[in-house]
Amino acid sequence: MSWDRAPAGSAASGADGDADRTPVANADVCVIGAGPAGGIVADRLAEAGREVVILEAGPRFDPDERLARQERAIRPAYDRPDVWDGDPERDAYKSTGERFYPLNHARARGVGGSTLHWQGMVMRLHEDDFDSASVRGVGADWPIDYADLQPYYAAAERELGVAGAADNPFAPPREEPHPMPAFPPSYSDSLFAAACDELEIAMHSVPNARNSEGYDGRSACVGYGTCQPVCPSGAKYDATVHVERAERKGATVIDHAPVQRLEHGPDAIEAAVYATPDGESHRQSADAFVIACGGVETPRLLLLSASSHYPDGLANSSGLVGRYFMDHLFAGTGGVLDEPTRQNHVGFLTSESHQFYDEADAEQAPFKLEFFNYDGPSPVELALTGDDWGDDLLERLRSDYGSHIGMGGLVEQLPREDSYVGLDHSTTDDHGNPVPNVHWTVGDRALETIERVNEVQERILDELGAEITWQVGPEGTGPAYHHMGTTRMGSAPTESVVGPDLRTHDLENCWIASSSVFPTAGAMNPTLTIAALALKAADHVLETMSSIR
Amino acid sequence: MELTRRDAVAALSALGLGGTLAGCVAPPGSEPVAVEHLRETLIAAAEVVYPSAVSGIEPFVAAFLEGRLADRAHVAGLDEAVAELDGNARVWYDAEFAALSVADREQVLRNVGADDADEDPSGTASERVRYYVVNDLLLALYASPTGGELVGLENPQGHAGGIGTYQRGPNA
Repeated sequence: MSWDRAPAGSAASGADGDADRTPVANADVCVIGAGPAGGIVADRLAEAGREVVILEAGPRFDPDERLARQERAIRPAYDRPDVWDGDPERDAYKSTGERFYPLNHARARGVGGSTLHWQGMVMRLHEDDFDSASVRGVGADWPIDYADLQPYYAAAERELGVAGAADNPFAPPREEPHPMPAFPPSYSDSLFAAACDELEIAMHSVPNARNSEGYDGRSACVGYGTCQPVCPSGAKYDATVHVERAERKGATVIDHAPVQRLEHGPDAIEAAVYATPDGESHRQSADAFVIACGGVETPRLLLLSASSHYPDGLANSSGLVGRYFMDHLFAGTGGVLDEPTRQNHVGFLTSESHQFYDEADAEQAPFKLEFFNYDGPSPVELALTGDDWGDDLLERLRSDYGSHIGMGGLVEQLPREDSYVGLDHSTTDDHGNPVPNVHWTVGDRALETIERVNEVQERILDELGAEITWQVGPEGTGPAYHHMGTTRMGSAPTESVVGPDLRTHDLENCWIASSSVFPTAGAMNPTLTIAALALKAADHVLETMSSIR
Repeated sequence: MELTRRDAVAALSALGLGGTLAGCVAPPGSEPVAVEHLRETLIAAAEVVYPSAVSGIEPFVAAFLEGRLADRAHVAGLDEAVAELDGNARVWYDAEFAALSVADREQVLRNVGADDADEDPSGTASERVRYYVVNDLLLALYASPTGGELVGLENPQGHAGGIGTYQRGPNA
């Protein structure tokens, strides 16, 4: 627990006891969650003149403390959850699936949400990802197509600020250039390029939600190299951008305000009941509610809001709230060369390959390849461990740093009913609520595809002349921290939780903006799609509210 | 290689201290702290834990300590760690840590277990000396441009060295 350790800049996120955390009178919309989805929805609705209140379970972090959080990211005294003040009691959870799910490494609580610690890669899903059942013969079709989401993707790229290029021959059609030019390739990309040319594997740029030049009042990247889990400069997008923008348009943000349950009738939510640090409980009413708590806390809140109308959980007539929990699987291979590879100068990627993505079918999952810029140890982190110093330490650093080279990859897992987020009633959080139970089940298609990814990675590294020293295959794979699928979108109320307009089938004034609505996962990092769906949800909320008035 | 003002600014940044060198800073709070003694002790420790290839240690360490002084909790922890070193030095050498030879200072660091310990700002004496003295010095050095270049990396993690170096080859 970070508070026992203190220093590392003594960054702290204690609640401001003088803050007004009472409900907003006459709120039109209550947004629950201040991550990218909640921030974008709130910004759009505030822009339209609606009275918006955002309830955020975690704190509002001081931007001036980001360098101190960077120090925590580098120093071995601090675990990853410590960087953003993770609290084991508040964030308690269970993992009961066939594979352990490290939930608290996979999320950050507070204004900005998980974009505070994300990598910042923002690809669009491919067209076939929206038609997996029809085209690949497995999974589910989305009730919307790529064409439906395409204008929202373009808007999302402008909202987040995406640096990218039109050099990816496998990407879905675009209507306009990215808002900023792509980051140039790295020196190690050039080493990979020679090998990939020989093997006829195409490399291309990575779209990054990271400023390659000044954008939206934020600076260009200055190369701190700690993107994940903290960008001190603000060049990497995080959702504080939209939350603060919404506030400037009149929205109210109440932090340290975890929603305990949603009070409701048979057809609509009436109020969000939230706790505050002074031990009080408040009731925020609104005409419309947007749940934007991510793929774990969104279904948890619905399940915690069970009632006589909805004994299995709110908006859960389908019985599917929490079901179909998905993540992307990591596959990687790396080694060493007998020459310098220039790793760990920056903390982001500049090259990928989507060449194999659309080979996907019932047996092979879509996957993408990543070419690392930070394989092997970071010298400064290495220097803080070990029992040496002085010349001996320098000799060790020089020996261990300099020749590493590696690749990663993300693989889709299929939606499965036996992969789910439920409630664990045997354990409660700091407010006495049952904690989330993450029961993660992967499936053979994903595991067999990881073997295929490893084969491609081995071919490239062999061509490069690398001595392979590590590999993450089907046995050692883990999640990419992309929580998806637990309130899936569909046309039929019996087979989904929300409709194509992101509104729950059961409740007329409740929308969900989150990766939890993804019917399938694809193998692309999900945040651009989350942002696009958030923009779409905001439009639907406004349409509905306008039609009522 | 000489540690420069640029390295000191970079170290301040990596240590979460903002990155300006604006003159002397008195530690906030009411309890008096012997700042000069902290400075002498850290410089003396740096002469042990820094490689022989670096010079300019004294102004470099003084500069980043100046930044640390703004954090009362850190200063308190550092003060305790320095007292730990002085206590051991007096027992074995009848002098304060900073007054010892480099070899004896290294022995004191080993006596208190700072070589084997994992850093922890609220841990045992060994872990606190490792955190506040040994690792603070190493973090400052190896997150600076000069420290990075010693290893072959001009833009180490924690240093805002721009986005040019990652594109360059080893002979550029």
